[in-house]
Amino acid sequence: MDFWFSEMHTHNVKMSIRVERQLFSGHSDFQRIDVFESEEFGRFLTSDGSVIFSEKDEFTYDEMIVHVPMAVHPHVRHVLVIGGGDGGVARELSYYDEIERIDVVEPDEMFVRVCREFFPDNARGLDDPRVTVCYRDGLRFLRGKHDEYDLIINDSTDPLGHTAGLFTKEFYGSCYKALHEDGIMVYQHGSPFFDEDEDACRAMHRKAYRSFPISRVYQAHIPTCPSGYWLFGFASKKYHPLHDLDAARWKARHLKTWYYTVNLHMGAFMLPKYVEDLLEEEEDRG
Amino acid sequence: MNIEKQKSAPIYEALERFRRQRVVPFDVPGHKRGRGNPELVQLLGEKCVGLDVNSMKPLDNLCHPVSVILEAENLAADAFGAAHAYFMVGGTTSSVQSMILTACKAGDKIILPRNVHRSVINALVLCGAEPVYVNPDVDAHIGIALGMELTAVEEAIRLHPDAVAVFVNNPTYYGICSDLRSIVELAHRFGMMVLVDEAHGTHLSFHEDLPVSAMEAGADMAAVSMHKSGGSLTQSSLLLLSAAVNTRYVEQIINLTQTTSASYLLLSSLDISRRNLALRGHESFEKVAAMAEYAREEINSIGGYYAYGKDLVNGSSIFDYDVTKLSVYTRDIGLTGIEVYDLLRDEYDIQIEFGDIGNILAYISIGDRIQDIERLVGALEDIKRLYAKSTQGLPGAEYITPIVACSPQKAFYADKASVPIRETAGRICGEFVMCYPPGIPILAPGEMVTREIVDYILYAKEKGCSMQGPEDGTLEYLNVLA
Repeated sequence: MDFWFSEMHTHNVKMSIRVERQLFSGHSDFQRIDVFESEEFGRFLTSDGSVIFSEKDEFTYDEMIVHVPMAVHPHVRHVLVIGGGDGGVARELSYYDEIERIDVVEPDEMFVRVCREFFPDNARGLDDPRVTVCYRDGLRFLRGKHDEYDLIINDSTDPLGHTAGLFTKEFYGSCYKALHEDGIMVYQHGSPFFDEDEDACRAMHRKAYRSFPISRVYQAHIPTCPSGYWLFGFASKKYHPLHDLDAARWKARHLKTWYYTVNLHMGAFMLPKYVEDLLEEEEDRG
Repeated sequence: MNIEKQKSAPIYEALERFRRQRVVPFDVPGHKRGRGNPELVQLLGEKCVGLDVNSMKPLDNLCHPVSVILEAENLAADAFGAAHAYFMVGGTTSSVQSMILTACKAGDKIILPRNVHRSVINALVLCGAEPVYVNPDVDAHIGIALGMELTAVEEAIRLHPDAVAVFVNNPTYYGICSDLRSIVELAHRFGMMVLVDEAHGTHLSFHEDLPVSAMEAGADMAAVSMHKSGGSLTQSSLLLLSAAVNTRYVEQIINLTQTTSASYLLLSSLDISRRNLALRGHESFEKVAAMAEYAREEINSIGGYYAYGKDLVNGSSIFDYDVTKLSVYTRDIGLTGIEVYDLLRDEYDIQIEFGDIGNILAYISIGDRIQDIERLVGALEDIKRLYAKSTQGLPGAEYITPIVACSPQKAFYADKASVPIRETAGRICGEFVMCYPPGIPILAPGEMVTREIVDYILYAKEKGCSMQGPEDGTLEYLNVLA
């Protein structure tokens, strides 16, 4: 038997993963969720046919979206994770003792239930006593929130699907308002390589750049993402991702990582010329 | 409504049968299932251009339906509680025209609210009937024109007992409903037909908690924009008739202006949408109403915005309110509706239906999802945070009773002269002048320009109202009868 999962990365590019078996398939109010078992990537979860994460490469993503801001901001107490129902981001955050509260806002209960069942290693992040899971729309949750968080992590991946509202000017505006005066927001910035993804990537930077005084972009290699190349956004009211990096302090924590290091932290902000160019073009639009 | 029968969609099914027959086309359209126009196929898709076919025996003919189109129309009539239904392919404008041309001949009088759609006055230009206007009440706070008051209709009938019909907008764009049952009863007592522009009320027939529909209220004819809340393709519409109307005559009227090459894309979209409304309309509009209500609560809790609803109902000029509508008064954050409309589109990638001086209207439909509502609410909150200004007063929305000097038809065909606006008092106007707010015509073709009207136009312009209609967009000049 030859059983393959395929995802169209563009109309002309397809990524396929040989599947051993399908573990779950279901429709929630928000998306179709499938879980597969594969030789190469271990278990992986898809939303409406797009890979959200796999056992093999989720560490890259979870580490990069958590440790980068945590190594910069000097005193993170209150963290908001938008999306993140799989628990991977909460798990990375739970390694930091000084964090007092982690609010995970995930609209889709089924997503959390499926992750708990099939990805218990990620989902244990949600069992930390500091974590509160709130089943709500991210924008709805943020409405009326003012000066409450040190760090907001937007863990939603798809600017075109059911989480489109989390890649908008109103979302960045709401985050700005919900953050303390020295708060940081990090978010998924998509992939800049294929033409189809480039527009969304540009629009995201344009919106964040206009909403926050400091707005930088950093990169990682994630094999299941389109072109294997993924960007993250670092939007901040006060701290600069490189000038305010406290490498000694982070190293002293002795956290076990597989992707992130403080050296890589600096390298991650050094972008290829074509990415720099397209980001600068958006900045110049004013 | 016979639910079992409503499960079929005769035009759609005939098109499916036809597609499978693979008939070789030696008829129009000349693109021949798209083969002659590959770029069109690229844009619209093979299936879509393949369905763009000509009237033929297995597919019936809209000009004289005898098989599948007739069956589909009968199903639509049953679904909407009408005696007869006609599929219209010239937009709801063609439905409105057909109603007026059916009810009125040259020289007949028709009673209308002043805030009618332009298509109504244009229909009067076509048939030569004379308008008798009823003054709509205007809400002093939000500045919009309201429904038709029963007492005002009574007064118009008393003054013009020879009028042949009463025309009602129900609901209005903003969701305001008039006391339709009482208006119908009154008009029928005086032997007048009741025509209802139900362009914004397709859904009324499918949920008992919504305001009464035209057919249920006993109106004679109704124009229904299936492509608005009904989900069919743009430009498709329905004309509904009660049993009291002569169908043969209506068919003649429709065929005066209707195309002889009706699009099967439009016809099948009407058929499928009717089936969808009949089978799932109740459930869908319950969701739409709940979403609109949720949006209203959330928007009102932001502060500074006023999303109005049933709280406006006053028993006369606002007899009922269509809760599927989402209209928001924005002036209290110091922004006009037009400004908020532009910000939503330019800064937040949200396209709403329209903005006027004081209000925005977001169209909520069966295609919406709650997360999109959250975006709209989030954007409004962000707009308030970033763009709110101190409030400025709205120019008072006044209503000036028009003096109809000649029929719109006579004014339309008369020789005209372009005259500086200040010198037009005493002349007969040759064009429309609309002022937003409140979106009521100040002048329509055939009406006397008075000093009072000139002063009001100058005042409203100075106050920043948007003036629309005249050939000269700046309204320095006005076309009057020579």
